[in-house]
Amino acid sequence: MAFLELITVRKVFADAPAVEDFNLQVERGEFVSFLGPSGCGKTTTLRMIAGFEAPSSGFIRLDGMDITNRPPNQRNVGMVFQAYALFPNMTVGDNIGFGLKIKKRPAEAIRKKVEEMLALIHLPDKGHNYPYQLSGGQQQRVALARALAIEPQVLLLDEPLSALDAKIRVELRLEIRRIQQQLGITTVYVTHDQEEAMSLSDRVVVMSRGVIEQVGTPFEIYNYPKTSFVASFVGTLNQLRCTVVDAAAGRLSYGGQDLMTSDSISLPNGATVTLMLRPEELRLGTEGGDNRLNGKVESVNFLGSIVRVGVNLGGAPITLDIFNERKLEIPRVGQAYTLSFPPHACWVMAEL
Amino acid sequence: MRRFPFLSWLWFVLGALYFLLPLYGTLDFSLRIQRGTLSLGAYRNAFADPQFIRSFTFSFQMAVVTIIVSLLLIVPTAYWVHLRLPRLRPIVEFLTLLPFVIPAIVLVFGLIRTYGRPVTILSVPILPSLTNTPLGTNALLVAGYVVLSLPYMYRAVDNGLRAMDVRTLTEAALSLGAGWPTILRRVIFPNLRTGLLSGALLTFAIVIGELTIANFLARPAFAPYLALLSNSRAYEPAALTIISFALTWAAMGLIDLLTRGAPGVLGGAGH
Repeated sequence: MAFLELITVRKVFADAPAVEDFNLQVERGEFVSFLGPSGCGKTTTLRMIAGFEAPSSGFIRLDGMDITNRPPNQRNVGMVFQAYALFPNMTVGDNIGFGLKIKKRPAEAIRKKVEEMLALIHLPDKGHNYPYQLSGGQQQRVALARALAIEPQVLLLDEPLSALDAKIRVELRLEIRRIQQQLGITTVYVTHDQEEAMSLSDRVVVMSRGVIEQVGTPFEIYNYPKTSFVASFVGTLNQLRCTVVDAAAGRLSYGGQDLMTSDSISLPNGATVTLMLRPEELRLGTEGGDNRLNGKVESVNFLGSIVRVGVNLGGAPITLDIFNERKLEIPRVGQAYTLSFPPHACWVMAEL
Repeated sequence: MRRFPFLSWLWFVLGALYFLLPLYGTLDFSLRIQRGTLSLGAYRNAFADPQFIRSFTFSFQMAVVTIIVSLLLIVPTAYWVHLRLPRLRPIVEFLTLLPFVIPAIVLVFGLIRTYGRPVTILSVPILPSLTNTPLGTNALLVAGYVVLSLPYMYRAVDNGLRAMDVRTLTEAALSLGAGWPTILRRVIFPNLRTGLLSGALLTFAIVIGELTIANFLARPAFAPYLALLSNSRAYEPAALTIISFALTWAAMGLIDLLTRGAPGVLGGAGH
């Protein structure tokens, strides 16, 4: 039996359903992210696990116990908020020790735990500071330590990095993962940032409009999206309208140019389908694989480690990524190029 | 270089004069009990009357009780409205403004009429007549003061609550296992310090200067004493006004000193 279970959970607010038929099993020690655009129900679901919202129907079980209607202060669930929510009237040490003080642990035990937590978040000498004396990133570390100090059964994080600078965000992301693995704590993480979800999680739950679109490892979500929403929400995706030429052999035609896919197509010959291609699967030139398309370079964006090139294929725009290197010849705008890609890079979906 | 902000200063000076001139006039007058010279005679006379200290102490005590009662009444209410019933906020705000609309005289007669005889519900007595004992009457007095302080206290608390992220702080405390009384005592009250202090200051000033309710409930408060004195004396009431002004500020300074918690709490609300 899974450690944390959500069984047909549903939440309806006065005006509209926020979460529908949510089923999820989280194993002990697993890191699961809820990923989706704002309003997709990911935060509502997290708040139901925390106990801040009651499900309209369905059950939530933690370690075999039904906690569906248990008040939040009796759940032993640690929570980290986007706005840090440190108590401004207390020192960092008192913030971290707050939960233990509520549990009436002896002062010596609290002091020890606070010290241990401060070491864990690499802020050993900040115990006597007040929250306002710390940077945003430090405050969020303290919030994490405070949530972990009570040794919760589950750690919940609600967009914890959204208020931080890009660089701190990446740093803290690595910290969160390190701490989570060090403590082996079951974690649910809410984010709208796919990079965050991908880099942190054992599994990602992609949500849209209150329903789960797909649950899978980051690799599965990115490379084998099950729905067109997942395909377009996670990563960048090129979409080309093609006609099926030979369904059994997996042959397509795009503007008179023949393309091969590695699998047969489940739609009849002559049907219009959408061909999806990741930018990183495409190459300029003929080295990339057996499929060829001709187009004209329209834009070149230098992004540092990669160069994103926009190519016009006679009407349809397409983007492709090239890895940067010092000897790279940057494509010139206006020049005609041949693109190539292998058959296994093609996913075919019924027309969107 | 910036131009001298002439208009701002003009308004500031005008505003300052508006407050300071009457105060200065009273001070000046209080020193002229002896014709032609400035002296502290009026102050000596005022202090010589034991009734002064007695009435001021009484009003001071009533003020402290009023502040405590209104804090215990208003902070949890405003907090709950913020957290759970934000749609009721305009209604609650309107209710707290009622003391501006209903004169104190109406309030005090209402109190006397209602509580001057045994209170019964369906002819079952639940409260004896409160005006028969000093303690009961003091309770009525405090109740009246609490109502008068409502607009100021509520506004001060409301502003304080708006300045902090009440909901997230509450949820953070809940997730750490805290119950409602703990959250109020350990998180909400301490972070409202500035707001509560200004609310308490205004309440204190109102209670010290309140005449109508204390007069009609016949309690030995400071304002009725001052009013009585001014019927027979000229200089001593002016001296008392200055003294009570100074004492009020001193009392407030004391409250500020006593409630001063951790340094930097005021700056800590933002991120």
